[in-house]
Amino acid sequence: MIVELGHFALILALVAALVQGTVPLIGAQRGYAALIAVARPAAFLQLALVALSFAALTWAYVVSDFSVANVALNSHTDKPMLYKISGVWGNHEGSILLWILILALFGAGVAAFGRNLPAAFRARVLAIQALIAVGFLAFSLFTSNPFARLDPAPLNGNGLNPLLQDPGLAFHPPMLYLGYVGFSIAFSFAIAALIEGRVDPAWARWVRPWTLAAWSFLTAGIALGSWWAYYELGWGGWWFWDPVENASFMPWLAGTALLHSAIVVEKRDTLKSWTILLAILTFSLSLLGTFLVRSGVLTSVHSFASDPARGVFILGFLILVVGGSLALYAVRAPSMKPTGMFSPVSRETSLILNNLVLAVAAFVILFGTLYPLLAKEAGYQVSVAAPFFNIVFPALMALLIPFMGLGPLLAWKRGNLRESLRRLRPALVLAVIAGLAVAFATKGPFWASIGVAYGVWITMSVLTELAGRIGLFRSPGQALRRAAGLPRGAWGMTIAHLGIAVMIFGIAVSSAWQREEITVIEPGDSVRVGGYRFVLDAVGPVRGPNYAAIRGTFSVYKDDRFVVRLYPETRRFADPPQETTEAAIDPLFTGDLYAVIGHAQSDGRWGVRLYHKPLVSWIWAGALIMVLGGLVSLSDRRLRVGAPRAAKVPAGVPAE
Amino acid sequence: MKPQHVLPLAIFLTIAVAFGVAFYLNLDPKATPFAIEGKPVPVFALPPAVEGGEGLSTADLQGKVAIVNFHASWCAPCRAEHPILMQLEKRTGVPVYGIAWKDKPADLRAWLAADGNPFSRAGFDGNGRVGIDWGISGVPETFIVDRSGKVVWRFQGALNEPIVAKSLIPVLQGLK
Repeated sequence: MIVELGHFALILALVAALVQGTVPLIGAQRGYAALIAVARPAAFLQLALVALSFAALTWAYVVSDFSVANVALNSHTDKPMLYKISGVWGNHEGSILLWILILALFGAGVAAFGRNLPAAFRARVLAIQALIAVGFLAFSLFTSNPFARLDPAPLNGNGLNPLLQDPGLAFHPPMLYLGYVGFSIAFSFAIAALIEGRVDPAWARWVRPWTLAAWSFLTAGIALGSWWAYYELGWGGWWFWDPVENASFMPWLAGTALLHSAIVVEKRDTLKSWTILLAILTFSLSLLGTFLVRSGVLTSVHSFASDPARGVFILGFLILVVGGSLALYAVRAPSMKPTGMFSPVSRETSLILNNLVLAVAAFVILFGTLYPLLAKEAGYQVSVAAPFFNIVFPALMALLIPFMGLGPLLAWKRGNLRESLRRLRPALVLAVIAGLAVAFATKGPFWASIGVAYGVWITMSVLTELAGRIGLFRSPGQALRRAAGLPRGAWGMTIAHLGIAVMIFGIAVSSAWQREEITVIEPGDSVRVGGYRFVLDAVGPVRGPNYAAIRGTFSVYKDDRFVVRLYPETRRFADPPQETTEAAIDPLFTGDLYAVIGHAQSDGRWGVRLYHKPLVSWIWAGALIMVLGGLVSLSDRRLRVGAPRAAKVPAGVPAE
Repeated sequence: MKPQHVLPLAIFLTIAVAFGVAFYLNLDPKATPFAIEGKPVPVFALPPAVEGGEGLSTADLQGKVAIVNFHASWCAPCRAEHPILMQLEKRTGVPVYGIAWKDKPADLRAWLAADGNPFSRAGFDGNGRVGIDWGISGVPETFIVDRSGKVVWRFQGALNEPIVAKSLIPVLQGLK
């Protein structure tokens, strides 16, 4: 009964979305206040219906109702409660429902917090948001119904892939979706602006909090996924340029570019049509991410399902949304005249360079991901793999990073390059010294020295900029007071850029000086790995709630001083029968100790993989700091209070 | 309309049409027969992947049914399917042969030493040339070769229990 209610609520949500997607648009076009007013309550109703539907599916999982096909295929009575609940979105149908829920959540968010938006504009935004929802609701109801029943119901379910039974992965998809779907708001704002033919600083101010929130969630989601791969796949890598990872990384790059170009629109009233285009592209790449993962075109550990009907539906939807919005852009973008002029040496220029590099990086990854697929369809075999990305991507970032330090020190409109470089001289000198020191003191590869130098450069230039802003050297007495008075947006930038520096240190040092030993030993043996001594004390069986495991016990010593005990496991699950590797990791500030227990050999010895990975946890710490920067920036008073109205009411917008 | 504003749409439509044509011709990329299916295995001869082991060549795939698995130590899905491969020979009674694709000898040896070597013969395809002749698009991929040396089945991606039970084993039984 509850399940049918959920299904029914989903059908009603489609009807509500159809109303929300058409009536307010007509109202805004014709200036009928009554039709415009439909948008807000419709957005709330939409959220209520989708939430009801999602709750019904969750309930079916919690009580293990195996008469629901989706539950029977993906759950099991032995599963811990956390994974029964995360099982709701650990499969194709449920994850689409989660996507729809988050879409409705963001729509209702605009309806609730967008009080300062002109009513007609808000109605248009909500209508576009609803039209996206129509597509996804139809996709769910017609091709991926999560509420389909099974008769007869099986006694127990198939279980969830044990690789996915993990706290990190329980929260990875919701985070990722909050990011993907969050960019739908920027998209809806962009389309509404194209319809009205007007983009101004107020528009940029309105979009900013939504873009920031989506970007923060996406950053957190990607970091969680990478962390999961690091400790769960059991071989110590953290980024594989897997197509599914690329699918989440492309919108991140485009979204990062959008975040920066929207600042130019807000402060300088220029770069408008480019920003609109970025908003469209960012969400299009989010949709493409869904398409790549959900259509089963990709062969990957991550993707769940393959069904041609779904692939055709998503492809059609994608063409409609992306093609439609780009066509609208082609017609309307010329009406967006920039008003702010700027010289080639200015903060505007440095932000354009930022956008250029990020856009090229996103395009390179898009090419590398799609080209093999297209070539395969055409009968050729091409593989574009990690080596390609590992050369091209760092090379692009190497172009970007010098400007990351310089840009914030340049003034808007017309910067003074000589003066800015003079202020950055200490940062530059320190970076070069650090790079040379690393190159001569260690036998690391050349790119490690460059990575360290870049990390120092970003850190020092960000601190230089901060010191200048708070007048640390001009009037140290008042620096603290000025620091407290800085806008949160400025702090957000400082923190997020420092996060990048921390991440670069982590990537450069951990890739250059990782030590790895893969060997076969018996209890009592010890292995030296990068200055640490791993002693295998014992190997024995342990039982978990729904698995049996082999657990190794390692004692790790440094210079005969005991450091930590590690307990890696190999878990064997019964339903479905699968083995997972649970690496034991001791995350130290200076580096991770990482141990994996493999298989028993015929002579009673054990295969083990042991790593020392210096600074590797800095990668995720850096991502966390970036998210923190996003959140701090989000708390900026100017965003909370709301944007001031545009100076003059532009033509073509009906009065409220 | 200015050219620079139409350009994004033009680029997108080009990509979309290319994909649309590809999909129209080939609705389910996984289910369609691949170029190699039904054809004899390519001519190749590979050195042993592990010291003291036996290499793999076209001659080894004649006169008996065999499973051939492409893998690499750097590939995460390969590690995911490894436990299934470990039992596959015992379970099916058919020899399981491996081809290590674009791998480094030391990495491969270390991996097989640690996690076990499921292959009774394994060839080393360091530059990936043989993989291209077989038409693989990545690793892991698994093939079944029949008595006449023809490829009769192919699976892209990590083997899992449903694929083995519902597809691989029935195909093998059909060949016996």
